[in-house]
Amino acid sequence: MDFIQQQFIMLLGTQWGSMLFSLVTNVFFIIVIIVPLLLGVAYLTFAERKIIAYMQIRVGPNRVTFFGIPWLRGWGQPIADAVKAIMKEIVIPTGANKFLFILAPVLTIMPALAAWAVVPFSPELILADINAGLLYILAMTSMGIYGIIIAGWASNSKYAFLGAMRSAAQVVSYELAMGFALVCVLMMSKSLNLGDIVSGQQGDSFLNWYLIPLFPMFLVYLISGVAETNRAPFDVAEGESEIVAGFHVDYSGMAFTVFFLAEYANMILVATLTSIMFLGGWLPPIDIAPLNLIPGIVWLLSKIAFILFFFLWFRATFPRYRYDQIMRLGWKIFIPITLVWIVVLGLIMQLPESVRDLPPLNIWF
Amino acid sequence: MNFQDIIFYTFSAILIASSLGVITFRNPVYSALLLVLAFVSCAGLWLLLEAEFLAIALVLVYVGAVMVLFLFVVMMLDINLDRLREGFWKWFPFGALIALVMIGEMAMVLMGKHFGLEEMPIPKGQSADYNNTRELGRLIYTEYAYAFELAAVLLLVAMVTAIALTLRHREDKKSVNPSDQVKVKKEDRLRIISMPSAKKE
Repeated sequence: MDFIQQQFIMLLGTQWGSMLFSLVTNVFFIIVIIVPLLLGVAYLTFAERKIIAYMQIRVGPNRVTFFGIPWLRGWGQPIADAVKAIMKEIVIPTGANKFLFILAPVLTIMPALAAWAVVPFSPELILADINAGLLYILAMTSMGIYGIIIAGWASNSKYAFLGAMRSAAQVVSYELAMGFALVCVLMMSKSLNLGDIVSGQQGDSFLNWYLIPLFPMFLVYLISGVAETNRAPFDVAEGESEIVAGFHVDYSGMAFTVFFLAEYANMILVATLTSIMFLGGWLPPIDIAPLNLIPGIVWLLSKIAFILFFFLWFRATFPRYRYDQIMRLGWKIFIPITLVWIVVLGLIMQLPESVRDLPPLNIWF
Repeated sequence: MNFQDIIFYTFSAILIASSLGVITFRNPVYSALLLVLAFVSCAGLWLLLEAEFLAIALVLVYVGAVMVLFLFVVMMLDINLDRLREGFWKWFPFGALIALVMIGEMAMVLMGKHFGLEEMPIPKGQSADYNNTRELGRLIYTEYAYAFELAAVLLLVAMVTAIALTLRHREDKKSVNPSDQVKVKKEDRLRIISMPSAKKE
């Protein structure tokens, strides 16, 4: 690394050389994060089809394989789907706003990928270790809504527009509950840096994770995350029985696939954030010999997979919410719960030192 | 000219172009979207000034929430541009007066030396462990606690007023009360009657 930096500085001078060097290394790290993420997205769709199939006593995709290997049957399905999507024509409806129609899927996937910049995979492995990481994540996820609104409007179709309006109202409402749940996390960790949030949960066992003192917030965050990503049972933005496919009814081919990718990338992002903020990120469940020798990234990935399983499980289990019930859950149940919990947490933190040293409070405060 | 200058001029150019677009485009949806772009590039400029909390709060509050509702309204309403343009010349002198006042204020800020104003020194760069958010929080909750509380109460009053103005109970609305639904017992809905079976003719 130092050698390459030297070469850059020699060729282009101190200032421009080091600037270009950091640009090149950052682009390299971005690719290192994005490529496995997109592969993960592809295989998440496969996992979803398989898991839901088994829950419904079916087999799921079991044909496409690599090089005719029999025990890999079905594993080629996401690759085949991607090839099919690339081959398809992108139909732009008459009367649609062409520029915004193409821009919308781009705007949807951009924040889903940009948020990964501050996600710590292990104590050292992080692209941008900024001290306002949590705020950055909130800002990025709140921008994802634009793609959906613009897609709904640019399609020039009533179904798409209805889907976009539903989605906008839903995402804005659930963002509040999500933000308040995160306020609890940063009250516990006293830091906005995601790495510090994980370090704050370090201890002997999983009892130190914020999952336990903030259990209601964990539930609120997870359910709001499902609502934010427009997944079942909160998928009224798509609502195929009412408004065909909602905001992306007019999209086809790769433009549709980008929406699809963004939805799954957002799912992985929410699962990652949940495991970082409530399930101790890269920390092992019990800090003893065989468990703490496993690298942290393995623990993080297994926690992400665990949360992602919940997303798929929800989809196979619950019927779709009615729209007024979604709004009621967000505004009248989640926001009061989170506000009360912030007050309770503040009171506990202001208790005298002697009370906070008593078990079980001494584990977390 | 170094790397930082290039970033500054890029963001500034985007900011000025998109702000001009906001007031010149005829399609209100385009204007709203360009305002979003202006906010984002403004946040980029604030990041260059090491004001990361303000920059992210701008994106979070204005881009993430306020402009979404703006777009919501602009897309829902069918805005008639001809009616909007009717009173243009009638109100033009008033608008021009406000514009002149604003230009004057801006000039006084930018050319502070000529107006006998103290020029602020360029703020010193802070060390890497300096935390903008922490400093802001410390100031708001200690020195400026009362001003902050006042602003918060003002917002709360506005919020309550907005809800109170739009809340009305309609008799013809067919919505269901979820707590009534949960509380309902089998006896309220279901009546089991014993009925002798009828003979087949």
